[in-house]
Amino acid sequence: MHSLLALDIGWGTTLAIKTVIVLMIIPAGALILGYTFLLKMMSHMQSRLGPMDPGGFHGWFQLVGDGIKFLQKEDIMPAESDRRVFAMAPAIVVISTFLIFLVVPTGPRLVVKDLDVGVFYALAVSSLSVIGVLMAGWASANKFALLGALRAAAQLIAYELPLLLAVVGVVIQAGTMSLQGIVRAQVGGSIFGLDFFGNPYIFTQFVGFFLFLVAAQAELTQTPFDMPVAESELVAGYMVEYTGFRFLFFFIGEFGTAFAFAALAATMYLGGWAIPGVTGGLADLLGPVVLFVKLMAVAFLMFWVRFTYPRLREDQLQALAWKYLIPIGLLNIIATAIIKVAV
Amino acid sequence: MIIQNIFFWVLALAMVGAAIGVVRSQNVVHAALYLVVVMAGAAAQFILLGAEFVAWVQVIIYIGAVIILFLFGIMLTRAPMRGETSLDNDQRFPAAIVSLFLAGVLGTLLVQAFGKKEVVISGAKGEQLLHVGKAATLADSIFTTYVVPFEIVSLLLLAALVGAVVMARRD
Repeated sequence: MHSLLALDIGWGTTLAIKTVIVLMIIPAGALILGYTFLLKMMSHMQSRLGPMDPGGFHGWFQLVGDGIKFLQKEDIMPAESDRRVFAMAPAIVVISTFLIFLVVPTGPRLVVKDLDVGVFYALAVSSLSVIGVLMAGWASANKFALLGALRAAAQLIAYELPLLLAVVGVVIQAGTMSLQGIVRAQVGGSIFGLDFFGNPYIFTQFVGFFLFLVAAQAELTQTPFDMPVAESELVAGYMVEYTGFRFLFFFIGEFGTAFAFAALAATMYLGGWAIPGVTGGLADLLGPVVLFVKLMAVAFLMFWVRFTYPRLREDQLQALAWKYLIPIGLLNIIATAIIKVAV
Repeated sequence: MIIQNIFFWVLALAMVGAAIGVVRSQNVVHAALYLVVVMAGAAAQFILLGAEFVAWVQVIIYIGAVIILFLFGIMLTRAPMRGETSLDNDQRFPAAIVSLFLAGVLGTLLVQAFGKKEVVISGAKGEQLLHVGKAATLADSIFTTYVVPFEIVSLLLLAALVGAVVMARRD
């Protein structure tokens, strides 16, 4: 099986292939999440069918059609807007999403670049999207957009800390920040001496997993943390003046980032590409599929919460982050460190 | 090493251009956005030196937090959504002299200290010799060799933090 992927190709070709795959993953992931959860799951939770006609089978073509429609629309910019900043903002949001995928491993050898500081890198580049959001809100020259952007910045900064603290627990337990290393640590781990199953960190880091999901929900500005785009107060927040393909960029950025965070959570807490009993070349082949299944399970949780809970108030949002999540995260780190040293 | 040099100069020129943009811009928000480019350039220079972890710390702290707070503050208070305000003031000539002096001092210091040193990143067989960028190496040196300065800096930051809270709460 090993020779299957060990083709002799130059680094230029490898780089090109990797680039193309990463460029395709985000829109594809955004489409899959958007269709599965936003269109179908939410509809069924609300006792309706959702789109049924486009594409023939349960309306699977609906979002592709929407995308084509967005591309055809007129490119409108408000007269008062700051044109260059306005145009750059959606690109920055999408680029920060693309960059996360460089370190997510989909197999023992299937990873764009296994950085030594993998997790830290992923969280660092995901924080870049805030700049894009602020730029969008300010350049729109619209008070709703500016308010939305300011809310988004306050929220994203507040929830970056619980996100980092949640991840630190995993890093301590695995002893490495490389995502590939974290997967290997989970494969090699054991639960009460049983090493057949490995040790997916959801069992030992369940507090971290919970923190990560809550903070990721806030980072994605999904309900119950969707004040930056709250339609009943701010129309659409920082996106209010955007239309056509620039709006499409924001849409892809939103669902692509959800895809990326789900992939990170699946890698760190559910064992990533690994399933018991599969090693070597077969793991390279099955890895992407396994990771995708785990990722969809995490995404299901995230969207289930999104479609279930009502919006928090702004002060409740900040209180949740600073008064509850951050202390819990710190306690989790202390507990993990003590157990790591003691055992 | 040639490629590193080329990239160094490309990045350096971009950074200098953006830095000039920061001080020349007539719009506060544009100045802050130029500062993002400067910070990103600094992070890229760290990567060029093999200091990967420091580079991403630069990104998450300066771009992800400090500049966001700048933009946040500017937008909440005095950002003109349109039109340009004059940002020049009377102190620009003394400021130019001070910054030239500072650049001279730092430049001389760096050349005197490290001018002849060459950082060997990979050996003859392509093996990695430089481990500075590894987070574990960095952590080892922070928590063994430099543990006292590290703790003092943490204490200083904590004091600044508490001080800021005290100043902000006037009651």
